[in-house]
Amino acid sequence: MSISVENLTIHESASLLADKKISSVELCKAYVDRARKLEPKIKAFLKLNEEEIFSQAKASDERRVSGKSLSPYDGVPVAIKDNITVKGQSCTCASKILEGLNSPYDATVIKKLKEKGFVLYGRTNMDEFAMGSSCENSSFQKTANPWDTNCVPGGSSGGSAASVAAGEVTAALGSDTGGSIRQPASLCGVVGFKPTYGRISRYGLIAFASSLDQIGPITRDVEDAAILTDAMYGRDSMDATSLPSTNESFAEGLGSLKDLKGVRIGLPKECFEVEGLDAGVRKIMDKSIQVFKDLGAEMVQVSLPHSKYAVATYYVIATAEASANLARFDGIRYGKRVKTDGLLETYLETRGAGFGDEVKRRIILGTFVLSSGYYDAYYTKGQKVRTLIRKDFQEAYRKCDVVLTPVSPTTAFKFNEKSDPLQMYLADIFTISTNLAGICGISVPADVHENGLPVGIQLVGPDMGEKQLLRISHIFERNRPRKEFIPGI
Amino acid sequence: MSKYDVVIGLEVHVQVRTDSKMFCSCPNRFGQEPNTMVCPVCMGLPGVMPYPNREAVRKTVMAGLMCGCEIAKFSKFDRKSYFYPDMPKNYQISQYDLPLCGKGKLHVCGKGFSGAELPDKSIGITRIHLEEDVGKLNHFAGYSGIDFNRAGVPLMEIVSEPDMSSADEAYAYLTSLKQIMQYADISDCDMEKGQMRCDVNISLKLAGAKEFGTKVEIKNLNSFRSAHRSIEHEIIRQAEVLDAGGKITQETRGWTDDRGETYLLRSKESAHDYRYFPEPDLLPMTFSDEDIAKIKSQLPELPEQKRERFVATLGLTPYDAQVLTLDKTLSDYFDEGAKLAKSPKMLANWIITELLRELNDRNIPFENNPVPVSHLVELVELVSGGTITGKSAKEVFSELFAGGKTPKQIVSEKGLVQISDDSAIEKFVITAIEQNPTQVKQYKEGKTAVMQFFVGQVMKQSKGKANPQIVNKLLREKLDQC
Amino acid sequence: MEKKIIDVKYVAALARLELDEDKEQRLQKEMETILNYVNSLSELDVSGIEPTAHAVQMTNVLRNDVSSSTFPRDVMLANAPETVGGELIKVPAVIPGEEES
Repeated sequence: MSISVENLTIHESASLLADKKISSVELCKAYVDRARKLEPKIKAFLKLNEEEIFSQAKASDERRVSGKSLSPYDGVPVAIKDNITVKGQSCTCASKILEGLNSPYDATVIKKLKEKGFVLYGRTNMDEFAMGSSCENSSFQKTANPWDTNCVPGGSSGGSAASVAAGEVTAALGSDTGGSIRQPASLCGVVGFKPTYGRISRYGLIAFASSLDQIGPITRDVEDAAILTDAMYGRDSMDATSLPSTNESFAEGLGSLKDLKGVRIGLPKECFEVEGLDAGVRKIMDKSIQVFKDLGAEMVQVSLPHSKYAVATYYVIATAEASANLARFDGIRYGKRVKTDGLLETYLETRGAGFGDEVKRRIILGTFVLSSGYYDAYYTKGQKVRTLIRKDFQEAYRKCDVVLTPVSPTTAFKFNEKSDPLQMYLADIFTISTNLAGICGISVPADVHENGLPVGIQLVGPDMGEKQLLRISHIFERNRPRKEFIPGI
Repeated sequence: MSKYDVVIGLEVHVQVRTDSKMFCSCPNRFGQEPNTMVCPVCMGLPGVMPYPNREAVRKTVMAGLMCGCEIAKFSKFDRKSYFYPDMPKNYQISQYDLPLCGKGKLHVCGKGFSGAELPDKSIGITRIHLEEDVGKLNHFAGYSGIDFNRAGVPLMEIVSEPDMSSADEAYAYLTSLKQIMQYADISDCDMEKGQMRCDVNISLKLAGAKEFGTKVEIKNLNSFRSAHRSIEHEIIRQAEVLDAGGKITQETRGWTDDRGETYLLRSKESAHDYRYFPEPDLLPMTFSDEDIAKIKSQLPELPEQKRERFVATLGLTPYDAQVLTLDKTLSDYFDEGAKLAKSPKMLANWIITELLRELNDRNIPFENNPVPVSHLVELVELVSGGTITGKSAKEVFSELFAGGKTPKQIVSEKGLVQISDDSAIEKFVITAIEQNPTQVKQYKEGKTAVMQFFVGQVMKQSKGKANPQIVNKLLREKLDQC
Repeated sequence: MEKKIIDVKYVAALARLELDEDKEQRLQKEMETILNYVNSLSELDVSGIEPTAHAVQMTNVLRNDVSSSTFPRDVMLANAPETVGGELIKVPAVIPGEEES
């Protein structure tokens, strides 16, 4: 097979498949071969069932031959983060407590991908129950950053980001509660997109923080992110919080901007004042600002005055919701039960043994902030600060069209480097506000740091502003193509 | 007992009759094979989400309107967290601070369960909210088994003010509530099927004292009668403790019908910390004045309105009206019959004294009543029109229970038509007089009571068909002539 | 002795998490650090601000009352660690009437 698949995008694959230059089986085999080679070092996948992959690919090829392809993307493989249910597959969320669970139903996004013929390709590693920013909290294995295997890929969608960056698959699904798509994407040099809250159904996504979670694509370019978003978004009769469909295609007209004249890009002063912001990352931000300027965009100073409370607010709200969402994991109806003689012991020991340290930390924090006597001081307060954070963005968007910030204060850090939980939480400082405000955000690769690791920039758009956000990202990408700075393309 | 004031509040749970469950589309059905009415949502599998049932919300608002409750303009669901095996998510989706229905009231009056007259009184309702039911635990030796068929069934929780002061009032409140639920087709409130559950909160205080005493909760009551008995028992128990100088501890007690006593389930040293917070997977509900007006227009005639109508336009006594409106099927039955009957009052009497008694004796619930109302109306007419005697009517009535035949058919088959022909009766009268000279002599001596004997003789000869008035008239004539 | 902000032992019990003494002590320290950080929220004046209870602004998102077919029992119980005759989910004996918080 002469086609090198490691940098192929979904849209490129679609052309190759349509032109019969490659079959889905060949495409998937090439990825599986790469995965076999790279996985011992990268460990991005918790499960990679070749039989399942090839049976889907074969069916896709058969459809194509008889002219019955389900979509132009029929046969393109997409990796699935292990917190999204696929009927008949395991779904552990990288946790021991869900070992042995076989999901009896498909998440809505999986149904939708199946309808378009995408090949579901393995289950990727993550921080346990999506709690973490490095993928180190997985109970099963540590995923390494393909750029430097001594470094983390980021989290919680570390496996998805690493697998795409390493060319083990075409694209992947991740989930984002405080930056879990965007941060690993930036640390791995790929695109990661979180749509507006409610755009993509959460039915079948194992909930971490119900009012913050969103499923989104991790891809090699912006167009792929738009394609996957098109395939997945829309009203779902199983998710009461899903937004009505707006009948738009995000991929359509994606490249229609010739320049950014008339586009205002907001630079929040608080973001650029963050203490831990690495100098090299700062330099890359400045370079990226120049790219926007050269395209004719107007850079506008904006202020998000409550940014500094975002992490604290997030850890109150997200952990509160998580403490309730994870209460169902008790070994009673499914998952790994520690068998004892008493009911109370069953709960205590099953949960004691089944959950990792970070999960326990967050459950305790969340239980505490909801508990009697503390609810008003913590939870209600947190929800009010959340309102202030939303208002900050609403104000900012009066002056600009999208907001530009770093994604992560540093490049990928080494394993065990951030051993202090609070240090780890602060790694999300740039991405968290987007989830609290419920708006859309994307991480796009911008450059490679002096230390050899990739750095992405984050663009944040207003409520329902995906179309413009993706177009602006796309033109940035055209003027800062990955192949210019990412080796091997 | 007048040393103490009894303060009773009731917390009643009513399952809402809907096609599907509260937060998923599983069928809402009782009595199915265990774990066959379940899906990932009501079993709390990872990744699932709730989606609320519009009809359950509408019926809850209806219930509130029927109790005169304020309907919230803005309402929401909350998560109530606690760990228990019948709870699939270890939190229950319920309502905390913004329930669908606010303050309302129920009226009680008439005769209490014990037979004493009830004071005419309004029992306050604090709130009505909507939540999901939990699964069912089956207990075996050394282990338990869970059936999730019931998990997720829509459940209304109705909390009363502590306005009741006797077991009779509590019983009457429960009856009123059941009536309302049945009338609005919200629930059958069959306690045996778990459609209605009741917890009692009861405390005693010194008569006239301002501060309430320590309250005790009584759970596991499976009938209105159990509720009544347990309250009466608990009043005595608490009074005895207080009389002896002791203190009532806040606790939860169960009730056993067999032993006729409450027993300690658990002490309540600390309140449960349910850690309520707004359910993030569900969106709030809002009601405009138009929305509420629309639901109001769908309300059926309330039992109280029915009773007033029965008394005012159909000539029933308040007691008649009370009995006939106890059950919706019964009141519908009567209403239908009243349209056909010449005398609704007579029909009411027959239903109350004959039909209900017969059903009770044979242990048949009213819903299985085999006598169509048209038959009963016909029977009543046969009596009031003089076609048959009251005695014959009772015979016909028993036959009606076997079903199939109309009263007219039975009367003609059995030849029960009343004999009202003077000459025919005269023959019987003469025979009776001739055959019983001793009694004639007694009558002549002034023992007028012996008349009954002669009436009996004539009835025997006529096989009960002779018209009693004519019998009496002719007997008197003939006896006086002797 | 500084007053503890949080009693980790109590909260862990509420959350049904078994912790050995080592872990409990470590968590106690970690929680105090994190909560000290979170307490920065107390600086903010939020009077007059409504809490964001829901991330989406819609209301009255309700479903029509129509039942549909359920999942077969064997599928629903397939993941159960223990069953009673394949019909009920088996758990250690529960004392009737006992409710735990």
